[in-house]
Amino acid sequence: MAMSAHRPAPASPPVDEDTPRTIVARPSTGDRIFRAVLRGSGWSVFVITGLILVFLILRSAKAFKFMGLGFLTTQTWVIYNPQHFGIAAILPLGILIALIAMIIAVPAGIAIALYISEYSPLALRRPLVALIDLMAAIPSIIFGLWGLFFLEPRILGFDSWLGRHLGFIPFFRFRLSTSVESNYATSTFIAGVVVSLMVIPIVTSLSRQVFSQAPAGEREGAYALGATRWGMVRAVVLPFGRGGVIGACMLGLGRALGETIAVTLIIAPVFHFNFHVLETGGNSIASSIALDYSSFPDAGSMGLSALMAAGLVLFGMTLIVNTLGAIVIGRSRSGLATG
Amino acid sequence: MAAGTDITRAPATGPAGDPAADRPLRIRPVTAEGLLTIGGAAAAALALDWVLFERVLPFTGVLGFWVCWYVLFLLCYAGVAAFQWNGRAVRDKVVTVALATSGLLATALVIDQVGYTVVRGFTAVRRLSFFTQSMSDTGPLSPLTSGGVGHALVGTLEQITIATALSVPLGIAAALYLAEVGGPAARPVRTLVDAMTALPDVIAGLFILAFMVYTVGLPKSGFAAGLALAVTMLPIVTRASETVLRIVPGTLREAAYALGGSQWRTVLMVVLPTARSGLATAVVLGMARGIGETAPVLLVAGFARGYNWNPFNGWQTSLPLYIYNEVQSPELADHARAFGGGFALIALILVLFTIARRLGGGVPGELTRRQRRQIARQAAARGRTAR
Repeated sequence: MAMSAHRPAPASPPVDEDTPRTIVARPSTGDRIFRAVLRGSGWSVFVITGLILVFLILRSAKAFKFMGLGFLTTQTWVIYNPQHFGIAAILPLGILIALIAMIIAVPAGIAIALYISEYSPLALRRPLVALIDLMAAIPSIIFGLWGLFFLEPRILGFDSWLGRHLGFIPFFRFRLSTSVESNYATSTFIAGVVVSLMVIPIVTSLSRQVFSQAPAGEREGAYALGATRWGMVRAVVLPFGRGGVIGACMLGLGRALGETIAVTLIIAPVFHFNFHVLETGGNSIASSIALDYSSFPDAGSMGLSALMAAGLVLFGMTLIVNTLGAIVIGRSRSGLATG
Repeated sequence: MAAGTDITRAPATGPAGDPAADRPLRIRPVTAEGLLTIGGAAAAALALDWVLFERVLPFTGVLGFWVCWYVLFLLCYAGVAAFQWNGRAVRDKVVTVALATSGLLATALVIDQVGYTVVRGFTAVRRLSFFTQSMSDTGPLSPLTSGGVGHALVGTLEQITIATALSVPLGIAAALYLAEVGGPAARPVRTLVDAMTALPDVIAGLFILAFMVYTVGLPKSGFAAGLALAVTMLPIVTRASETVLRIVPGTLREAAYALGGSQWRTVLMVVLPTARSGLATAVVLGMARGIGETAPVLLVAGFARGYNWNPFNGWQTSLPLYIYNEVQSPELADHARAFGGGFALIALILVLFTIARRLGGGVPGELTRRQRRQIARQAAARGRTAR
């Protein structure tokens, strides 16, 4: 780094005398049209995002007007008469699912990314990358089926184990009867575990890309100084990839917050906030929308407007999280390969 | 330490001209001691875990057993390794084993998910008419011998075709904007595309519901579902295509410009053909993602039990929607049908995935493509000389 900063200084005086002619490119008409078309397509992403915001705001205005600030503080979700609804239960419950998912997915995703980029034998590397891509392409309905029929019966024992032996941690406290197995089913925890499996491929593939771009010179330098492989990873790869990993985790969080179908299939919806994650019942904004949408064929109904309002909150939240994540990733990327 | 002395010895004999002495030293990552240490630690952890679970502590549960076993295994491994190596080497080895298990775990999970769905789906799929029949003649209590996913397959294929036709041209054009035009104005576009790849899928459905269905007046239909899928696929296709376009060598573009090509001719005749296989991969991966989306379709496609070939008129079912509906029924036959639908869905995705791998040879634009082109060029040259 220091070298490249110093090098131009001695060379600059002669260079100054022949400053290159500034080239003014004058694109032809064809090129101008071509660029305009491409620019329009690029900015269409902004148009779509804007349209989503506009229409969600338009459609949710009625619900916001009806509930006012109570929309943010009410825990119940009664959208038939008499209407009384708010996101004070479903929003934090959904965030809880996302947090559990992140607690599992971040270490696992980073570990898999490190294994693929640093430790795996070369012959395994491509199949593993393909496998992670495949994991990202497995539909959420399949995750839901798997979670409902395969994971849930098998994880109940682990749940009760957690509840009995780690119950002193407030999150794991279990206040229902421990002898009834179904008291552990359909819980926030199980939903979080399933969602974590959907976040892992996002964290893994983005982190792996950053890790694999760590400069070879610095890696070799670490080895030359006598570092073990783990020493090299800690000294070179992890600090280099920090920005990318943070961004990847934020995009993963955005995915976890918005996950719909797998959560809908697994949880039994409840409308009071409960942070004891092992107890039965949970909820999220996305799954509330998926469960309730069909009750409102009438475009102007209050219930639909309430769903749109909840959707607007979800969209705003994930958009902020994702955009921050994308900015962090973009920054770590722009310092690397391309200008 | 032994490796160090070997390395210094090798160049000393090398200049004598004996090529055999110049062979690079092979460092074996797998040694007998290493394997035995791992095996011993695993066995010790298993025994200790059994004693803890069955005799000492009141622990129960299969999953808890294996979680405890794994923690004990890492501890035992660290302990046994500490007898043989120094602290840094021990840490290195423990981390290596822990990371390798994570890779193994991911593999096992994917195989388990795909395998479980396929195996359970087999009960329904064994009867081949499952793929051609619809649910129109199947009541809630009908046995597994009636009903099928034919109508859902039709819906999925039509909807994904609509979504692809809409999102791919726009996505590739947006990717061209990011990769070929660029400039400071492109940066917010790229950021937003990245952010929208993780857009909650239900929002796309809600958007089409609010915009197309309730404002424009489009009926709930396969076309509306295709629109919602296009919204979710657009950022994915854009993102993947941009990565592919970026690795088109700049020298090719410069050569085209040097021959007097304008930008649009360069893009159409040089950049896009060069990136063709990678772009195809991006498109197919986007389709694989779109096919599995449930939430957007759920909100705007309606639900049909019978065939509906017309995506513009009437409600239509897609495969994920079919599974979602069947799985919520309490009947076991319906659950079997849901897994049958899962079988069909996974089969579709695996087919698309294999196509993507074949076309792009891995991550879009990895070496294989260039190798393949090189081979083709050599073959062409050979053909010319033969003639």
